[in-house]
Amino acid sequence: MEGTKPTYELEKRKYVIGGAAVAIILIYLIRLFTLQLLSEDFKASADSNAFLKRIQYPARGAISDRNGKLLVYNQPAYDVMVIMREQEGVDTLDLCESLGITREWYERRMEEIKDGKRNPGYSSYTQQVFMSQLSTEEFSRFQEKLFRFPGFYIQKRSIRQYSYPNAAHLLGDIGEVGPEDIEADHYYRSGDYIGKLGVERSYETALRGEKGMEILLRDARGRIKGRYQNGKFDEAPIPGRNLTMSIDIDLQALGERLMKGKLGSIVAIEPSTGEVLCMVSSPTYDPRIMIGRQRGKSQRMLAADPHKPLLNRAIMGQYPPGSTFKTSQALTFLQEGIITPQTAYSCSHGFHFRGLKVGCHGHGSPLPLIPAIATSCNGYFCWGLYHMFGNRKKYETVQQAMTTWKDYMVSMGFGYKLGIDLPGEKRGMIPNAPYYDKAYRGDWSGLTVISISIGQGEVNLTPLQIANLGATIANRGWYIVPHVVKKVQGMPLDTLYTRKHYTRVQRSNYETVVAGMRQAVLGGTCRIANTADYEVCGKTGTAQNPHGQDHSVFMGFAPREDPKIAICVYVENGSWGATYGVPIGALMMEQYINGKLSEASQARATEFENRHLYSFSDEGVKD
Amino acid sequence: MSNKTKEKKAPSLWGAIDWLTIFIYVVLLALGWMSVCGASYDFDQAGSILDFSTRSGMQIVWIGSSLLLAFLILMIDDRVIESLSYIIYICFLGLLFATPFLAHDIKGSLSWIKIGSFSVQPAEFAKFGVALCLAKVMGTYGFDIRKWHDFVICVCLIAIPIALIIMQKETGSALVYSAFFLMLYREGMPGYILFAAIAAVVYFVVGMRFAADPIWGVEQMSLGEGLVMLLIQVFTIGLVLTVSASSPKGKKACNPLWAGLAVSFVAVLLARFVYPFNAVWVMVAVCGLTVLYLLYLSLRDRSVPYLLIALFTMVSMAYHYSTGYVMDNILKTHQQSRIRVLLGLEDDPRGIGYNVIQAKIAIGSGGLEGKGFLNGTQTKLKYVPEQDTDFIFCTVGEEEGFIGCAIVLLLFLSLILRLLHLSERQPYTFGRVYGYCVLSIFLFHVFINVGMVLGLTPVIGIPLPFFSYGGSSLWGFTILLFIFLRIDAGRNRSLSSSLS
Repeated sequence: MEGTKPTYELEKRKYVIGGAAVAIILIYLIRLFTLQLLSEDFKASADSNAFLKRIQYPARGAISDRNGKLLVYNQPAYDVMVIMREQEGVDTLDLCESLGITREWYERRMEEIKDGKRNPGYSSYTQQVFMSQLSTEEFSRFQEKLFRFPGFYIQKRSIRQYSYPNAAHLLGDIGEVGPEDIEADHYYRSGDYIGKLGVERSYETALRGEKGMEILLRDARGRIKGRYQNGKFDEAPIPGRNLTMSIDIDLQALGERLMKGKLGSIVAIEPSTGEVLCMVSSPTYDPRIMIGRQRGKSQRMLAADPHKPLLNRAIMGQYPPGSTFKTSQALTFLQEGIITPQTAYSCSHGFHFRGLKVGCHGHGSPLPLIPAIATSCNGYFCWGLYHMFGNRKKYETVQQAMTTWKDYMVSMGFGYKLGIDLPGEKRGMIPNAPYYDKAYRGDWSGLTVISISIGQGEVNLTPLQIANLGATIANRGWYIVPHVVKKVQGMPLDTLYTRKHYTRVQRSNYETVVAGMRQAVLGGTCRIANTADYEVCGKTGTAQNPHGQDHSVFMGFAPREDPKIAICVYVENGSWGATYGVPIGALMMEQYINGKLSEASQARATEFENRHLYSFSDEGVKD
Repeated sequence: MSNKTKEKKAPSLWGAIDWLTIFIYVVLLALGWMSVCGASYDFDQAGSILDFSTRSGMQIVWIGSSLLLAFLILMIDDRVIESLSYIIYICFLGLLFATPFLAHDIKGSLSWIKIGSFSVQPAEFAKFGVALCLAKVMGTYGFDIRKWHDFVICVCLIAIPIALIIMQKETGSALVYSAFFLMLYREGMPGYILFAAIAAVVYFVVGMRFAADPIWGVEQMSLGEGLVMLLIQVFTIGLVLTVSASSPKGKKACNPLWAGLAVSFVAVLLARFVYPFNAVWVMVAVCGLTVLYLLYLSLRDRSVPYLLIALFTMVSMAYHYSTGYVMDNILKTHQQSRIRVLLGLEDDPRGIGYNVIQAKIAIGSGGLEGKGFLNGTQTKLKYVPEQDTDFIFCTVGEEEGFIGCAIVLLLFLSLILRLLHLSERQPYTFGRVYGYCVLSIFLFHVFINVGMVLGLTPVIGIPLPFFSYGGSSLWGFTILLFIFLRIDAGRNRSLSSSLS
């Protein structure tokens, strides 16, 4: 074909060769254009290749009590790190002994580290966590022998430490985030810590601070080669905010001491501010068992305990308030004009009417309101409710009367969550008209539901709500939502915790009830609480318990004028209110107002500390 | 040959030399040094790019010695060089033969000989020896590549060093010598040899690359097979058009082939939209019928070309199906794997394909202007293996961006086109052949090296001229280029002496 092509024809082939060269370069330029200018993927890949964004953890905020005593702080813990490539030839037996681990554990852990699926960032050139959170003692033991284990290193971390063995339910704890936490808030990454309970959880965002970021250059083998642009783009971590709790740790400690061996709760509130002074839930536990590697074990142990020490009874326990509830009834009847302070009802060992019978103890009869409160007369309040619910001049139907009653209760903070700054609060139970319509198919009257007037029946309150009732009476008609944190460093408190809530009852009616509660202390059910130092007002409660011994309740406040403390003591199966509730409440008020206990009181405190109630009934708590 | 009076009239060496080429050479050297600095820069020893213990420092030594070498070559009379051609070739054959016995193993390659504290790679130098020998042989009176005897001599001259280098386990360097076929093409080697070779490579690459992909989502059809059948039909039509253009009768010869192409398309459309079936078999049938049709044409017209085209079509089909068989049944697993990664069939970031992926990331992250001299992260943090030798172009891409890459590629293109121009102006076959050898070598290196970094060509470990770190390749390219510049500088004298 081409055998005869002359030489000048061949010269044209230079165009073919030159053309091929031009075409190749052109194709490469187009390729370069698409790689370098049309695709952003490669830039991202290059960054994730070369930049190691190392998170810098902020120090978590410290927590102190209302008097500035440090409750929770950070303490160094130590992680044992390993670089796989360097650790070969280590005496495994010696290592296991020094760390107090078994050989099986060692081998399993090494496999886990090398497993790319469980440990996606694995590189044999970089430090991997071998064992986390060594205590200082474990660390110092290991430190001495560290030189014998090349490839093993120690990395400092920070864990929580507690100054007191108290207030576990309030302070809460921290633990590693779960997948659902990461899903809910992208701030977290696997291995981060998050508040699990108490204020550690409710104030998590304030306490945790903001993570910082250090951009390091990493080579192909994962080795760090310095800071990117000398740290120009690094972000320093912002430390977490410190919390000042409203708790008085001495009061809290006394409360826990007094509640030893008993089920129940003590809640004390400063009426003028709504600040919770102490919140005891018994049984409790030492928060220090939740630190570090033992958390999982402790958690399982506490969860298995039949007395539910993890349950914060102060806000999760829903109990019949018993006679302490009568104060709220007196206020309602007065405000609605059903009674006046002078109205007297007769009571012959109880409320007897049309075959219905509510028992009462011996006292004079008939009697007006103040002695009725002081002696905790059942008959009086049953009559009151009967007259209110039967008043067809004022309320067209019993349902309407019921709704009015319910509105009073809700205005006093019952039936709904108060909104305390702790996780898990329960709302209690205040029945309403539709509830009874459903229960009794519309056929009911004041008599049917008469037991609600004495804090029994369907009514359930949390100890916090009872304490808040005390605070409301102390304030003569208003309350501020109780809260356990007094101050968040550098941040104003949520307005929820500064706003006054007024009830539907006017001040003068409160004064009457206060007089009744004062009378109870002077010559009624709360005589044990009487002291010459200050004027105590109180109300006992003996909540009937169909499952066992009655619950012992006390609600009170002191001093009468310008009150400093309102309190609720709830002892499950504690029998009469005066048996446990009143004396414990009195000791608590003394401790708070005087700052210490007298010698006699000290002895009494020890006596109560050692009086244990063994007849536990698990149904005592509704949660 | 020499004529003293004429020689005096000839311009001096410095006037006759092609300064433009030297300029391009120097600019490429400078850019190359910058790239080596970027690629070998170590964060642990920052600020020591001029230190002789580093590669960037050593590269200065290589560049300096190359410039000295270039000057020395220019001082030698080109007639001396020409007369030594055979001796140089034979010396290199001896050296290449001895290399595997003298060499010490570097990553499985037996191509490096240690002299003192330096290692040299004879394969890099041997190129100019082979080029000189080819030029000398082809420049002899009466040589005609279109004669089988002469063609075979040329092929042997190329094949012997290839065989010797393959013995050193340096397949990449050996493949470079196939670039000389481009020169043979210019000198009259029938075009169909080149065409057949290119067609074979294309069939193989396309067939393998897309073998597992479906056409238009129809699982029965293999995209690779379909594309190869389409290519065969298109090539056949192209060939028939070339042949029939010269004969008046041939005008209509192509029509049935167009019809066959149309049938193929309709079949694929039917498979896609009406009923899924393997329409590729229709295309195979069309190719088969095409062969029969071409045989008929050759008998009717008593035309040999048609017979040859029929043969081409038939061999193409046979080739396609046999490569599939060879791939699956004859090659070893690691060989198959290498080919698959080469063709982008295996995604294996830490395996063989890792280089190519990291190279693309490094280049892609450069953007328009790049990250700036010594500011590249990918290359400096050693993400790209062989980053200062075979994958040096990554550094250019990352640090100098698209603009830098374009400048470098255009410089290479202008060097090649300049060499093309210089070669064509040679008065003798010797100079022209040698010039084409040089430009073919440069073109092949740039084509393969930049192509592999961009993920377009197979990963064959050969250096990028003037950029890749290393004395052997830099000296090799310098010698190759400057011998040609010296021959070119003597062209006027040669011309005048031949005229006398």
